[in-house]
Amino acid sequence: MTTPAISAHNLTIGYGGNPVVAGITLTLAPGQWLAVVGTNGSGKSTLLRSIAGLIPTVDGRLEVLDGVPGSGSTGVAYLSQSHEQGFLLPIRAKDVVRMGRWPVRGLLRRLRREDERYVDDAMAAMGVEALADRPLGALSGGQCQRVHLAQAACRRADLLLLDEPTSGLDAASRERYLSLMDFERARGAAIVSATHDVREAARADLVLLVAERVVACGPPAEVLTASALADTFGVIISDATGPVVIDPHHEHGHQHGPGLPRVRGHAPGHDHEHGHDHDHGHHH
Amino acid sequence: MGVLTDPFVQNAFMQRALLAGILVAIATGVVGTLMVLRGMAFLGDALAHGVLPGIAAALLIGIPSFVGALVGAAVMIGGVAAVQRRTRLSSDVAIGLLFVGMLALGVVIVSRSSEFAGSLTEILFGEVLGVSWTSILWQAIVAVVVVCLAWTLRRPFLLMAMDPDQARVAGYPVRLLEAVLLGMIALTVVVSFRVVGTLLVFGMLLAPAGTAALVVRRVGAMMIVSAVIGSVSVYLGLLLSWYYDLAAGATVVLVAVGIFFVALVVQGFLPSRRPHPEHA
Repeated sequence: MTTPAISAHNLTIGYGGNPVVAGITLTLAPGQWLAVVGTNGSGKSTLLRSIAGLIPTVDGRLEVLDGVPGSGSTGVAYLSQSHEQGFLLPIRAKDVVRMGRWPVRGLLRRLRREDERYVDDAMAAMGVEALADRPLGALSGGQCQRVHLAQAACRRADLLLLDEPTSGLDAASRERYLSLMDFERARGAAIVSATHDVREAARADLVLLVAERVVACGPPAEVLTASALADTFGVIISDATGPVVIDPHHEHGHQHGPGLPRVRGHAPGHDHEHGHDHDHGHHH
Repeated sequence: MGVLTDPFVQNAFMQRALLAGILVAIATGVVGTLMVLRGMAFLGDALAHGVLPGIAAALLIGIPSFVGALVGAAVMIGGVAAVQRRTRLSSDVAIGLLFVGMLALGVVIVSRSSEFAGSLTEILFGEVLGVSWTSILWQAIVAVVVVCLAWTLRRPFLLMAMDPDQARVAGYPVRLLEAVLLGMIALTVVVSFRVVGTLLVFGMLLAPAGTAALVVRRVGAMMIVSAVIGSVSVYLGLLLSWYYDLAAGATVVLVAVGIFFVALVVQGFLPSRRPHPEHA
Protein backbone atom coordinates (compact mmCIF):
# COMPACT_ATOMS: atom_id res chain seq x y z
CA MET A 1 0.00 0.00 0.00
CA THR A 2 1.49 3.32 -1.02
CA THR A 3 1.54 6.23 1.39
CA PRO A 4 -1.38 8.55 0.83
CA ALA A 5 -0.68 12.03 -0.52
CA ILE A 6 -3.10 13.47 2.00
CA SER A 7 -4.52 11.86 5.05
CA ALA A 8 -6.97 13.77 7.23
CA HIS A 9 -8.75 12.41 10.25
CA ASN A 10 -11.46 14.35 12.05
CA LEU A 11 -9.70 17.50 10.91
CA THR A 12 -10.89 20.97 11.88
CA ILE A 13 -9.60 23.89 9.86
CA GLY A 14 -9.96 27.60 10.42
CA TYR A 15 -8.29 30.93 10.99
CA GLY A 16 -6.70 32.04 14.24
CA GLY A 17 -8.12 29.06 16.12
CA ASN A 18 -11.67 29.81 14.94
CA PRO A 19 -13.05 26.73 13.21
CA VAL A 20 -14.46 27.14 9.70
CA VAL A 21 -15.01 23.49 8.76
CA ALA A 22 -14.91 20.60 11.23
CA GLY A 23 -14.88 16.84 10.93
CA ILE A 24 -13.00 16.35 7.66
CA THR A 25 -11.89 12.75 7.23
CA LEU A 26 -10.45 11.68 3.92
CA THR A 27 -7.56 9.92 2.25
CA LEU A 28 -6.17 10.94 -1.11
CA ALA A 29 -3.87 8.50 -2.87
CA PRO A 30 -1.17 9.51 -5.35
CA GLY A 31 -2.71 9.85 -8.78
CA GLN A 32 -6.06 10.92 -7.38
CA TRP A 33 -7.88 14.20 -7.76
CA LEU A 34 -9.92 15.72 -4.95
CA ALA A 35 -12.29 18.54 -5.89
CA VAL A 36 -13.35 20.73 -2.99
CA VAL A 37 -16.65 22.32 -3.95
CA GLY A 38 -18.36 25.19 -2.19
CA THR A 39 -19.25 28.86 -2.35
CA ASN A 40 -16.91 31.68 -1.50
CA GLY A 41 -16.36 31.66 2.24
CA SER A 42 -17.37 28.01 2.52
CA GLY A 43 -13.92 26.97 3.70
CA LYS A 44 -12.45 25.53 0.52
CA SER A 45 -9.55 27.98 0.32
CA THR A 46 -9.00 27.47 4.04
CA LEU A 47 -8.62 23.75 3.43
CA LEU A 48 -6.11 24.32 0.63
CA ARG A 49 -4.12 26.74 2.75
CA SER A 50 -4.13 24.25 5.63
CA ILE A 51 -2.84 21.48 3.38
CA ALA A 52 -0.18 23.85 2.02
CA GLY A 53 0.94 24.54 5.59
CA LEU A 54 0.18 28.25 5.27
CA ILE A 55 -2.16 28.24 8.26
CA PRO A 56 -2.14 25.87 11.23
CA THR A 57 -4.93 23.35 11.62
CA VAL A 58 -7.34 23.86 14.51
CA ASP A 59 -7.89 20.28 15.56
CA GLY A 60 -7.56 16.70 14.37
CA ARG A 61 -4.86 15.09 12.25
CA LEU A 62 -3.56 16.14 8.84
CA GLU A 63 -0.66 14.50 7.06
CA VAL A 64 0.59 15.76 3.71
CA LEU A 65 3.04 13.65 1.70
CA ASP A 66 3.75 11.67 4.86
CA GLY A 67 4.71 14.70 6.95
CA VAL A 68 3.25 17.75 8.60
CA PRO A 69 1.76 20.28 6.18
CA GLY A 70 4.40 22.63 4.81
CA SER A 71 7.34 20.26 5.27
CA GLY A 72 7.37 18.66 1.82
CA SER A 73 8.24 21.94 0.21
CA THR A 74 9.49 21.01 -3.23
CA GLY A 75 6.86 18.29 -3.57
CA VAL A 76 3.95 20.70 -3.36
CA ALA A 77 2.86 23.16 -6.03
CA TYR A 78 0.39 25.78 -4.87
CA LEU A 79 -1.69 28.03 -7.09
CA SER A 80 -3.38 30.72 -5.06
CA GLN A 81 -6.71 32.22 -5.88
CA SER A 82 -5.74 35.64 -7.12
CA HIS A 83 -2.66 36.77 -8.96
CA GLU A 84 -3.16 40.46 -8.40
CA GLN A 85 -0.25 42.65 -7.54
CA GLY A 86 -0.30 46.25 -6.51
CA PHE A 87 2.47 46.75 -8.98
CA LEU A 88 2.80 44.98 -12.31
CA LEU A 89 6.03 43.06 -12.23
CA PRO A 90 8.29 43.64 -15.22
CA ILE A 91 8.52 39.98 -16.04
CA ARG A 92 7.80 37.88 -19.10
CA ALA A 93 5.24 35.08 -19.15
CA LYS A 94 7.89 32.44 -19.70
CA ASP A 95 9.86 33.65 -16.69
CA VAL A 96 6.73 33.32 -14.58
CA VAL A 97 6.42 29.68 -15.65
CA ARG A 98 10.13 29.11 -15.01
CA MET A 99 9.61 30.16 -11.40
CA GLY A 100 7.87 26.84 -10.98
CA ARG A 101 11.26 25.12 -11.33
CA TRP A 102 13.09 27.31 -8.82
CA PRO A 103 12.25 25.30 -5.69
CA VAL A 104 13.85 22.29 -7.36
CA ARG A 105 17.07 24.18 -8.13
CA GLY A 106 17.52 26.08 -4.89
CA LEU A 107 18.83 29.61 -4.69
CA LEU A 108 21.47 29.80 -7.35
CA ARG A 109 21.70 26.71 -9.53
CA ARG A 110 20.81 27.40 -13.14
CA LEU A 111 17.85 25.71 -14.70
CA ARG A 112 18.92 22.70 -16.74
CA ARG A 113 17.74 21.47 -20.09
CA GLU A 114 15.39 19.13 -18.24
CA ASP A 115 13.81 22.12 -16.45
CA GLU A 116 13.39 24.03 -19.68
CA ARG A 117 11.71 21.00 -21.21
CA TYR A 118 9.19 20.83 -18.34
CA VAL A 119 8.59 24.56 -18.77
CA ASP A 120 8.01 24.20 -22.51
CA ASP A 121 5.77 21.16 -22.04
CA ALA A 122 3.66 22.90 -19.44
CA MET A 123 3.31 26.02 -21.59
CA ALA A 124 2.29 23.88 -24.56
CA ALA A 125 -0.21 22.01 -22.39
CA MET A 126 -1.88 25.27 -21.38
CA GLY A 127 -1.54 26.75 -24.88
CA VAL A 128 0.57 29.74 -23.83
CA GLU A 129 3.73 29.12 -25.91
CA ALA A 130 2.95 32.09 -28.11
CA LEU A 131 2.77 34.37 -25.09
CA ALA A 132 6.26 33.44 -23.84
CA ASP A 133 7.86 36.85 -24.40
CA ARG A 134 4.87 38.96 -23.45
CA PRO A 135 5.16 40.95 -20.26
CA LEU A 136 2.91 39.60 -17.54
CA GLY A 137 1.08 42.91 -17.31
CA ALA A 138 0.00 42.68 -20.96
CA LEU A 139 -1.88 39.41 -20.47
CA SER A 140 -5.62 39.15 -20.01
CA GLY A 141 -7.00 37.53 -16.87
CA GLY A 142 -7.52 34.19 -18.57
CA GLN A 143 -4.08 34.20 -20.18
CA CYS A 144 -2.53 35.03 -16.84
CA GLN A 145 -4.39 32.16 -15.19
CA ARG A 146 -3.11 29.77 -17.89
CA VAL A 147 0.45 30.99 -17.34
CA HIS A 148 0.11 30.33 -13.61
CA LEU A 149 -1.35 26.90 -14.28
CA ALA A 150 1.65 26.16 -16.49
CA GLN A 151 3.89 27.30 -13.63
CA ALA A 152 2.21 24.83 -11.26
CA ALA A 153 2.41 22.07 -13.86
CA CYS A 154 6.10 22.45 -14.71
CA ARG A 155 6.99 21.77 -11.08
CA ARG A 156 6.18 18.06 -11.59
CA ALA A 157 4.98 18.12 -8.02
CA ASP A 158 3.77 15.16 -5.99
CA LEU A 159 0.82 17.25 -4.85
CA LEU A 160 -0.86 20.11 -6.69
CA LEU A 161 -3.01 22.51 -4.70
CA LEU A 162 -5.07 24.64 -7.07
CA ASP A 163 -7.37 27.35 -5.77
CA GLU A 164 -10.05 28.22 -8.36
CA PRO A 165 -7.91 26.97 -11.27
CA THR A 166 -10.61 27.49 -13.90
CA SER A 167 -11.54 31.05 -12.98
CA GLY A 168 -11.43 33.19 -16.08
CA LEU A 169 -10.79 30.25 -18.43
CA ASP A 170 -12.83 29.89 -21.60
CA ALA A 171 -14.17 26.54 -22.80
CA ALA A 172 -11.08 25.60 -24.82
CA SER A 173 -8.72 26.48 -21.98
CA ARG A 174 -10.88 24.52 -19.57
CA GLU A 175 -10.46 21.47 -21.78
CA ARG A 176 -6.71 22.01 -21.77
CA TYR A 177 -6.81 22.24 -18.01
CA LEU A 178 -8.80 19.00 -17.71
CA SER A 179 -6.34 17.22 -20.03
CA LEU A 180 -3.50 18.55 -17.89
CA MET A 181 -5.18 17.15 -14.79
CA ASP A 182 -5.45 13.76 -16.52
CA PHE A 183 -1.76 13.93 -17.40
CA GLU A 184 -0.75 14.88 -13.87
CA ARG A 185 -2.79 12.07 -12.38
CA ALA A 186 -1.40 9.59 -14.86
CA ARG A 187 2.13 10.44 -13.79
CA GLY A 188 1.15 9.86 -10.16
CA ALA A 189 0.52 13.34 -8.83
CA ALA A 190 -2.26 13.96 -6.36
CA ILE A 191 -4.40 17.03 -6.97
CA VAL A 192 -6.63 19.10 -4.75
CA SER A 193 -8.62 21.79 -6.50
CA ALA A 194 -11.04 24.24 -4.96
CA THR A 195 -13.86 25.12 -7.29
CA HIS A 196 -17.50 26.00 -7.55
CA ASP A 197 -17.70 24.41 -10.96
CA VAL A 198 -19.73 21.24 -10.59
CA ARG A 199 -18.78 20.05 -14.07
CA GLU A 200 -15.09 20.24 -13.16
CA ALA A 201 -15.75 18.37 -9.92
CA ALA A 202 -17.51 15.61 -11.87
CA ARG A 203 -14.15 14.74 -13.46
CA ALA A 204 -12.39 14.29 -10.11
CA ASP A 205 -11.92 11.02 -8.20
CA LEU A 206 -13.19 12.43 -4.94
CA VAL A 207 -15.48 15.34 -4.20
CA LEU A 208 -15.75 17.19 -0.91
CA LEU A 209 -18.76 19.47 -0.64
CA VAL A 210 -18.28 22.18 1.97
CA ALA A 211 -20.53 24.94 3.29
CA GLU A 212 -18.75 25.87 6.52
CA ARG A 213 -19.26 22.17 7.30
CA VAL A 214 -18.78 18.94 5.40
CA VAL A 215 -21.93 18.45 3.33
CA ALA A 216 -20.73 15.28 1.64
CA CYS A 217 -17.51 13.52 0.72
CA GLY A 218 -17.01 10.68 -1.73
CA PRO A 219 -16.86 9.78 -5.41
CA PRO A 220 -18.60 12.35 -7.64
CA ALA A 221 -21.33 9.92 -8.71
CA GLU A 222 -22.41 9.56 -5.11
CA VAL A 223 -21.80 13.07 -3.89
CA LEU A 224 -22.97 15.35 -6.68
CA THR A 225 -26.67 14.88 -6.05
CA ALA A 226 -29.25 17.58 -6.44
CA SER A 227 -30.00 17.77 -2.75
CA ALA A 228 -26.34 17.83 -1.71
CA LEU A 229 -25.61 20.58 -4.23
CA ALA A 230 -28.65 22.50 -3.00
CA ASP A 231 -27.25 22.18 0.53
CA THR A 232 -23.87 23.43 -0.66
CA PHE A 233 -24.88 26.30 -2.84
CA GLY A 234 -28.39 27.19 -1.75
CA VAL A 235 -29.62 27.66 -5.30
CA ILE A 236 -29.05 25.60 -8.41
CA ILE A 237 -30.42 26.24 -11.81
CA SER A 238 -30.04 24.01 -14.80
CA ASP A 239 -30.01 24.43 -18.51
CA ALA A 240 -29.59 22.09 -21.45
CA THR A 241 -25.98 21.33 -20.61
CA GLY A 242 -26.40 20.41 -16.96
CA PRO A 243 -26.56 22.16 -13.64
CA VAL A 244 -25.27 25.68 -13.50
CA VAL A 245 -24.61 26.93 -10.06
CA ILE A 246 -25.44 30.39 -8.88
CA ASP A 247 -23.11 31.40 -6.12
CA PRO A 248 -25.37 33.21 -3.65
CA HIS A 249 -22.39 35.20 -2.42
CA HIS A 250 -22.00 37.03 -5.65
CA GLU A 251 -24.88 36.77 -8.00
CA HIS A 252 -24.67 39.85 -10.13
CA GLY A 253 -27.20 39.89 -12.83
CA HIS A 254 -26.31 36.84 -14.89
CA GLN A 255 -29.62 35.39 -15.98
CA HIS A 256 -30.01 31.92 -17.33
CA GLY A 257 -33.34 32.25 -19.02
CA PRO A 258 -36.59 33.47 -17.57
CA GLY A 259 -38.46 32.12 -14.63
CA LEU A 260 -37.47 30.59 -11.35
CA PRO A 261 -34.43 28.39 -11.03
CA ARG A 262 -35.20 24.73 -11.54
CA VAL A 263 -33.34 22.16 -9.53
CA ARG A 264 -32.53 19.16 -11.59
CA GLY A 265 -30.54 16.00 -11.12
CA HIS A 266 -27.13 15.61 -12.59
CA ALA A 267 -25.34 12.69 -14.15
CA PRO A 268 -21.68 13.20 -13.35
CA GLY A 269 -18.87 11.91 -15.45
CA HIS A 270 -20.56 12.52 -18.78
CA ASP A 271 -18.85 14.70 -21.25
CA HIS A 272 -21.88 16.44 -22.65
CA GLU A 273 -21.36 19.41 -20.40
CA HIS A 274 -18.10 20.56 -21.87
CA GLY A 275 -19.25 21.98 -25.15
CA HIS A 276 -20.05 25.49 -24.01
CA ASP A 277 -18.65 28.10 -21.80
CA HIS A 278 -20.88 28.80 -18.84
CA ASP A 279 -19.38 30.96 -16.26
CA HIS A 280 -21.66 29.86 -13.51
CA GLY A 281 -23.04 33.09 -12.26
CA HIS A 282 -20.28 35.61 -12.50
CA HIS A 283 -19.28 36.78 -15.85
CA HIS A 284 -17.46 40.07 -15.98
CA MET B 1 32.96 69.63 -23.22
CA GLY B 2 34.77 71.34 -20.41
CA VAL B 3 31.49 72.71 -19.18
CA LEU B 4 30.31 69.18 -18.43
CA THR B 5 33.49 67.92 -16.75
CA ASP B 6 35.39 70.90 -15.34
CA PRO B 7 33.54 71.15 -12.04
CA PHE B 8 34.53 67.55 -11.30
CA VAL B 9 38.07 67.69 -12.70
CA GLN B 10 38.99 70.84 -10.84
CA ASN B 11 37.39 70.16 -7.45
CA ALA B 12 38.18 67.22 -5.20
CA PHE B 13 34.96 67.70 -3.23
CA MET B 14 32.93 67.42 -6.43
CA GLN B 15 34.72 64.16 -7.26
CA ARG B 16 33.89 62.80 -3.81
CA ALA B 17 30.29 63.94 -4.22
CA LEU B 18 30.01 62.19 -7.59
CA LEU B 19 31.56 58.99 -6.29
CA ALA B 20 29.38 58.95 -3.18
CA GLY B 21 26.33 59.72 -5.30
CA ILE B 22 27.00 56.88 -7.72
CA LEU B 23 27.54 54.38 -4.89
CA VAL B 24 24.28 55.54 -3.35
CA ALA B 25 22.57 55.25 -6.75
CA ILE B 26 23.73 51.63 -7.05
CA ALA B 27 22.45 50.68 -3.61
CA THR B 28 19.18 52.58 -3.94
CA GLY B 29 18.67 51.25 -7.48
CA VAL B 30 18.85 47.64 -6.31
CA VAL B 31 16.98 48.10 -3.04
CA GLY B 32 14.46 50.50 -4.58
CA THR B 33 13.65 47.92 -7.26
CA LEU B 34 12.95 45.27 -4.63
CA MET B 35 10.90 47.80 -2.69
CA VAL B 36 8.81 48.78 -5.69
CA LEU B 37 8.26 45.15 -6.68
CA ARG B 38 7.23 44.23 -3.19
CA GLY B 39 4.90 47.22 -2.87
CA MET B 40 6.80 48.54 0.12
CA ALA B 41 7.21 52.12 -1.03
CA PHE B 42 5.39 53.62 1.92
CA LEU B 43 7.34 51.51 4.39
CA GLY B 44 10.59 52.62 2.78
CA ASP B 45 9.45 56.19 3.15
CA ALA B 46 8.71 55.71 6.83
CA LEU B 47 12.07 54.04 7.30
CA ALA B 48 13.86 56.89 5.62
CA HIS B 49 12.28 59.27 8.11
CA GLY B 50 12.65 56.97 11.09
CA VAL B 51 16.42 57.33 11.05
CA LEU B 52 16.21 61.06 11.84
CA PRO B 53 15.72 60.85 15.63
CA GLY B 54 18.42 58.19 15.76
CA ILE B 55 20.89 60.46 14.03
CA ALA B 56 19.87 63.41 16.20
CA ALA B 57 20.24 61.40 19.39
CA ALA B 58 23.64 60.14 18.23
CA LEU B 59 24.81 63.72 17.65
CA LEU B 60 23.52 64.68 21.09
CA ILE B 61 25.36 61.93 22.97
CA GLY B 62 28.37 61.93 20.70
CA ILE B 63 28.35 58.53 19.00
CA PRO B 64 28.76 57.94 15.23
CA SER B 65 25.63 59.09 13.43
CA PHE B 66 25.26 55.91 11.39
CA VAL B 67 24.94 53.92 14.63
CA GLY B 68 22.11 56.19 15.70
CA ALA B 69 20.55 55.93 12.24
CA LEU B 70 20.63 52.13 12.40
CA VAL B 71 18.96 52.17 15.82
CA GLY B 72 16.31 54.56 14.53
CA ALA B 73 15.69 52.33 11.51
CA ALA B 74 15.43 49.26 13.75
CA VAL B 75 12.92 51.00 16.02
CA MET B 76 10.91 52.01 12.96
CA ILE B 77 10.92 48.47 11.53
CA GLY B 78 9.93 47.06 14.92
CA GLY B 79 7.14 49.60 15.24
CA VAL B 80 5.77 48.90 11.78
CA ALA B 81 5.95 45.13 12.32
CA ALA B 82 4.11 45.46 15.64
CA VAL B 83 1.44 47.57 13.98
CA GLN B 84 1.01 45.12 11.13
CA ARG B 85 0.74 42.17 13.49
CA ARG B 86 -2.00 43.86 15.48
CA THR B 87 -4.27 44.84 12.65
CA ARG B 88 -5.41 42.84 9.67
CA LEU B 89 -6.74 46.00 8.10
CA SER B 90 -4.69 48.50 6.20
CA SER B 91 -1.77 49.60 8.33
CA ASP B 92 -1.05 52.80 6.45
CA VAL B 93 -2.57 55.05 9.12
CA ALA B 94 -0.43 53.57 11.87
CA ILE B 95 2.69 53.57 9.70
CA GLY B 96 1.97 57.17 8.71
CA LEU B 97 1.70 58.18 12.35
CA LEU B 98 4.91 56.38 13.25
CA PHE B 99 6.51 58.22 10.35
CA VAL B 100 5.54 61.77 11.41
CA GLY B 101 6.09 60.84 15.04
CA MET B 102 9.69 59.87 14.39
CA LEU B 103 10.23 62.96 12.25
CA ALA B 104 8.86 65.21 14.99
CA LEU B 105 10.92 63.41 17.62
CA GLY B 106 14.05 63.99 15.55
CA VAL B 107 13.34 67.70 15.22
CA VAL B 108 12.54 67.94 18.93
CA ILE B 109 15.81 66.24 19.88
CA VAL B 110 17.80 68.52 17.60
CA SER B 111 16.02 71.61 18.93
CA ARG B 112 17.16 70.74 22.46
CA SER B 113 20.58 72.01 21.52
CA SER B 114 21.04 75.27 19.65
CA GLU B 115 24.41 74.25 18.18
CA PHE B 116 22.66 71.58 16.09
CA ALA B 117 20.46 74.04 14.22
CA GLY B 118 22.72 73.80 11.18
CA SER B 119 23.01 70.03 11.48
CA LEU B 120 19.27 69.63 11.06
CA THR B 121 19.36 70.97 7.52
CA GLU B 122 22.29 68.69 6.71
CA ILE B 123 20.53 65.65 8.12
CA LEU B 124 17.26 66.39 6.38
CA PHE B 125 18.62 67.44 3.00
CA GLY B 126 22.11 66.00 2.82
CA GLU B 127 25.60 67.42 2.63
CA VAL B 128 26.82 65.76 -0.51
CA LEU B 129 29.44 68.43 -1.15
CA GLY B 130 31.03 67.76 2.23
CA VAL B 131 31.04 64.00 2.09
CA SER B 132 34.11 62.34 3.64
CA TRP B 133 36.19 59.38 2.48
CA THR B 134 34.96 57.44 5.49
CA SER B 135 31.38 57.89 4.33
CA ILE B 136 32.34 56.82 0.82
CA LEU B 137 33.97 53.67 2.22
CA TRP B 138 30.76 52.77 4.06
CA GLN B 139 28.71 53.54 0.99
CA ALA B 140 30.90 51.24 -1.08
CA ILE B 141 30.62 48.42 1.47
CA VAL B 142 26.83 48.72 1.63
CA ALA B 143 26.55 48.89 -2.17
CA VAL B 144 28.54 45.64 -2.46
CA VAL B 145 26.57 43.93 0.33
CA VAL B 146 23.22 44.97 -1.13
CA VAL B 147 24.14 43.87 -4.66
CA CYS B 148 25.41 40.48 -3.41
CA LEU B 149 22.31 39.86 -1.28
CA ALA B 150 19.97 40.83 -4.11
CA TRP B 151 21.84 38.51 -6.49
CA THR B 152 21.85 35.58 -4.07
CA LEU B 153 18.25 35.95 -2.96
CA ARG B 154 16.75 36.99 -6.31
CA ARG B 155 14.54 33.92 -6.61
CA PRO B 156 12.81 34.11 -3.24
CA PHE B 157 12.55 37.91 -3.49
CA LEU B 158 10.85 37.66 -6.86
CA LEU B 159 8.55 34.86 -5.72
CA MET B 160 7.63 36.94 -2.68
CA ALA B 161 6.81 39.85 -4.94
CA MET B 162 4.58 37.60 -7.05
CA ASP B 163 2.88 35.85 -4.18
CA PRO B 164 4.29 35.49 -0.64
CA ASP B 165 2.15 32.40 -0.03
CA GLN B 166 3.67 30.67 -3.00
CA ALA B 167 7.16 31.52 -1.78
CA ARG B 168 6.26 30.00 1.58
CA VAL B 169 4.92 26.80 0.01
CA ALA B 170 8.06 26.61 -2.11
CA GLY B 171 9.99 26.31 1.14
CA TYR B 172 11.54 29.77 1.44
CA PRO B 173 11.67 31.30 4.94
CA VAL B 174 9.55 34.30 3.99
CA ARG B 175 9.62 35.98 7.41
CA LEU B 176 13.40 35.86 7.56
CA LEU B 177 13.73 37.07 3.98
CA GLU B 178 11.38 39.96 4.69
CA ALA B 179 13.61 40.93 7.62
CA VAL B 180 16.66 40.72 5.34
CA LEU B 181 14.97 42.98 2.81
CA LEU B 182 14.08 45.49 5.52
CA GLY B 183 17.67 45.35 6.73
CA MET B 184 18.89 46.07 3.19
CA ILE B 185 16.59 49.09 2.96
CA ALA B 186 17.70 50.29 6.38
CA LEU B 187 21.41 49.96 5.55
CA THR B 188 20.90 51.78 2.27
CA VAL B 189 19.01 54.62 3.93
CA VAL B 190 21.62 54.93 6.66
CA VAL B 191 24.57 55.32 4.29
CA SER B 192 22.63 57.42 1.80
CA PHE B 193 21.35 60.17 4.08
CA ARG B 194 24.68 61.98 3.96
CA VAL B 195 24.32 62.44 0.22
CA VAL B 196 20.68 63.39 -0.22
CA GLY B 197 19.38 63.68 3.34
CA THR B 198 16.83 61.63 5.24
CA LEU B 199 13.88 63.48 3.72
CA LEU B 200 15.06 63.00 0.16
CA VAL B 201 16.63 59.52 0.21
CA PHE B 202 13.16 58.15 -0.44
CA GLY B 203 13.25 59.90 -3.81
CA MET B 204 16.43 58.04 -4.73
CA LEU B 205 14.87 54.75 -3.63
CA LEU B 206 11.71 55.27 -5.63
CA ALA B 207 12.26 57.48 -8.67
CA PRO B 208 14.97 55.54 -10.57
CA ALA B 209 13.32 52.18 -9.83
CA GLY B 210 9.94 53.55 -10.87
CA THR B 211 11.41 54.89 -14.12
CA ALA B 212 13.11 51.56 -14.82
CA ALA B 213 9.82 49.73 -14.24
CA LEU B 214 8.32 51.77 -17.06
CA VAL B 215 10.92 50.78 -19.63
CA VAL B 216 12.14 47.21 -18.98
CA ARG B 217 10.57 43.76 -18.85
CA ARG B 218 12.97 41.93 -16.59
CA VAL B 219 13.74 42.43 -12.94
CA GLY B 220 17.52 42.16 -13.29
CA ALA B 221 17.46 44.77 -16.02
CA MET B 222 15.25 46.92 -13.83
CA MET B 223 17.94 47.03 -11.15
CA ILE B 224 20.69 47.90 -13.61
CA VAL B 225 18.66 50.55 -15.43
CA SER B 226 17.59 51.96 -12.09
CA ALA B 227 21.20 52.26 -10.88
CA VAL B 228 22.18 53.92 -14.17
CA ILE B 229 19.30 56.40 -14.02
CA GLY B 230 20.22 57.16 -10.41
CA SER B 231 23.85 57.78 -11.38
CA VAL B 232 22.85 60.04 -14.26
CA SER B 233 20.61 61.96 -11.85
CA VAL B 234 23.53 62.39 -9.46
CA TYR B 235 25.78 63.70 -12.24
CA LEU B 236 23.21 66.07 -13.73
CA GLY B 237 22.06 67.20 -10.29
CA LEU B 238 25.61 68.02 -9.16
CA LEU B 239 26.30 69.83 -12.42
CA LEU B 240 23.14 71.92 -12.17
CA SER B 241 23.80 72.74 -8.54
CA TRP B 242 27.35 73.80 -9.43
CA TYR B 243 26.38 76.24 -12.17
CA TYR B 244 23.16 77.59 -10.68
CA ASP B 245 24.18 77.46 -7.01
CA LEU B 246 21.37 75.10 -6.00
CA ALA B 247 21.10 72.75 -3.02
CA ALA B 248 23.00 69.72 -4.35
CA GLY B 249 21.10 66.83 -2.73
CA ALA B 250 17.71 68.27 -3.54
CA THR B 251 18.73 68.98 -7.15
CA VAL B 252 19.86 65.35 -7.57
CA VAL B 253 16.52 64.07 -6.29
CA LEU B 254 14.65 66.60 -8.40
CA VAL B 255 16.43 65.37 -11.54
CA ALA B 256 15.61 61.74 -10.65
CA VAL B 257 11.95 62.56 -10.09
CA GLY B 258 11.92 64.68 -13.25
CA ILE B 259 13.27 61.78 -15.32
CA PHE B 260 10.47 59.59 -13.98
CA PHE B 261 7.75 61.99 -15.05
CA VAL B 262 9.34 62.59 -18.44
CA ALA B 263 9.44 58.81 -18.97
CA LEU B 264 5.84 58.56 -17.85
CA VAL B 265 4.71 61.23 -20.31
CA VAL B 266 6.80 59.88 -23.18
CA GLN B 267 5.41 56.41 -22.59
CA GLY B 268 1.90 57.81 -22.72
CA PHE B 269 2.55 59.05 -26.24
CA LEU B 270 4.18 55.87 -27.52
CA PRO B 271 1.95 53.18 -29.04
CA SER B 272 0.97 50.81 -26.26
CA ARG B 273 2.77 47.50 -25.99
CA ARG B 274 -0.35 46.03 -24.48
CA PRO B 275 -2.06 43.85 -27.08
CA HIS B 276 -5.81 43.67 -27.31
CA PRO B 277 -6.80 41.30 -24.55
CA GLU B 278 -7.99 38.09 -26.09
CA HIS B 279 -11.11 36.46 -24.86
CA ALA B 280 -9.19 33.97 -22.73
